[in-house]
Amino acid sequence: MKSLLAVLTVLAVIVGLWYAACVPMNIHGVLVAAERGGAVVEPADGAARRGMSGVSLALKNRFAVPETWAQERPRLPAPHQVAIELWDTTVMKKITSKRSLVYHGWVTLSATLLGFGIGTVLGVLLAVGIVHSRVMDMSVMPWAIVSQTIPIIALAPMIIVVLYSVGVQGIIPKAVISAYLSFFPVVVGMVKGLRSPDAMQLDLLRTYNASQGETFWKLRLPASMPYLFASLKIGIAASLVGAIVGELPTGAVSGLGARLLAGSYYGQTVQIWSALFGAAILAACLVGLLGVIERLVLKRMGMA
Amino acid sequence: MMLVLVALLVWGAAWWLNTRLAEGPQAGTRPVRLAVPLIFGATILVVWELVVRGLEVPLVILPAPSLIAARFAGSLPILWADFVQTFVKGALSGYLIGCGAAFVMAVAVDRSEFLRLGLLPVGNFVAALPIVGTAPILVMWFGFDWQSKAAVVVVMVFFPMLVNTVAGLRETTAMQRDLMETYAASYWQSFFKLRLPAAMPFIFNGLKISTTLALIGAIVAEFFGSPTLGMGFRISTSVGQLALDMVWAEIVVAALAGTLFYGLVALIEHHVTFWHPSQRR
Repeated sequence: MKSLLAVLTVLAVIVGLWYAACVPMNIHGVLVAAERGGAVVEPADGAARRGMSGVSLALKNRFAVPETWAQERPRLPAPHQVAIELWDTTVMKKITSKRSLVYHGWVTLSATLLGFGIGTVLGVLLAVGIVHSRVMDMSVMPWAIVSQTIPIIALAPMIIVVLYSVGVQGIIPKAVISAYLSFFPVVVGMVKGLRSPDAMQLDLLRTYNASQGETFWKLRLPASMPYLFASLKIGIAASLVGAIVGELPTGAVSGLGARLLAGSYYGQTVQIWSALFGAAILAACLVGLLGVIERLVLKRMGMA
Repeated sequence: MMLVLVALLVWGAAWWLNTRLAEGPQAGTRPVRLAVPLIFGATILVVWELVVRGLEVPLVILPAPSLIAARFAGSLPILWADFVQTFVKGALSGYLIGCGAAFVMAVAVDRSEFLRLGLLPVGNFVAALPIVGTAPILVMWFGFDWQSKAAVVVVMVFFPMLVNTVAGLRETTAMQRDLMETYAASYWQSFFKLRLPAAMPFIFNGLKISTTLALIGAIVAEFFGSPTLGMGFRISTSVGQLALDMVWAEIVVAALAGTLFYGLVALIEHHVTFWHPSQRR
């Protein structure tokens, strides 16, 4: 209860700061528009205004303050403007429409899920190989760890061009980038998980005369589940970033990344912010969904 | 076709050698532990070179490692300028500002129970979001030069660093804190002598996560506009010109920079938190 109150307070403060920040950020543009509309602006000289800070301008021209929350192309849109844009582009539009955020979100989400699925399956398979083969462990594992320190995003434009030149385009290149980004967290987490049974438990299975396969299915795999889910949560967030970044360099016309890029070309700040919040909501839902699955699975296994 | 067969042979021979090394009597020793991954890495490069040449894969799909190396050696001044622009100016300054601000914020959060209860869930939530999407907004605010890249990096590293530092500052047990109280230690005394050292493993975890995020942020932000240099700019324009050897050269630079940056932070961690169980050998 107390923590809920605290979270709500922090959120309220953030929204309040946001509204307050809109005033100095947008006041320059508002005053230019007001001057054109015939209002008396203090100081009247546009060049002098450019050198002044937003706060002092707002203090001198209090009448213009409400306008800073209602501009069409503000430098910083007010929270309600973003909320209205989100509502308009999700609920009010048909989801097949090119202007619907649901449509763009689905384009990105489908690439994310496909890539996440591929990355997870490959990652788990490689982890199984690493745990059972000493050679793979010694040769692949150091590179898997090093690869986490590399900004893999740098590969994204190239993957898209390469796949395009062999005739693959659309969802697959984005999914490849997503898969790549979720692959290594899954490998590292799964290896840790499959190694988590201690010597005592492994010895017990040896006294049962269990084969390597039985040890894997009955001890290692169940023991790895908490580690797997922890890495899946990291992996799906990384997958979404990968899909969004994969949409940037191609000039794609649909998807959340394409919305961001188009918004940045045409100065449509409200569109950028709504795409950003759309991506954030999508990420939160995906991580939350994995959290629910994790709880159900672990409960069923008697681990939570 | 000959070269592809040679590639297969090289792969088989190296794998056999690695198997011998990994399962041999010397397997645990340091030289072998170093040699095995290095042989594996070298094998991939050799096989890559042979397969690309053997199948005559066009340059636009996959350049051979030798071509990339030649391009790398031939355009050192450009690569260095891009590195300075993206890494030193954009990523590093953003990293320092973001981690510093997050640390100060974490100390403030740590002093207030209410702030901790309220800010930590929000911080945890924000840390999992695709914050790199803020790049177009920040490029719009701070202009095309490195300042906007640094701003993106600040936003990206802030929350992971904050969450880790706050968790670290709570790492001490009630018993240890009580002991400091019986010594009549002031808040700052117990902060510097007990809680900050205890938080170091967590702080370094945040710093290490942030190294990669910083480079990603700086490179992606350049896709939204940059002056005519920088790693992200070079990658996106070279892809447009189908100069994939240049793209790979930039990727090599990014990989080297990322690994060295991470390694440097890990090295400092090793010296600062030598007492921690995870550092024991």
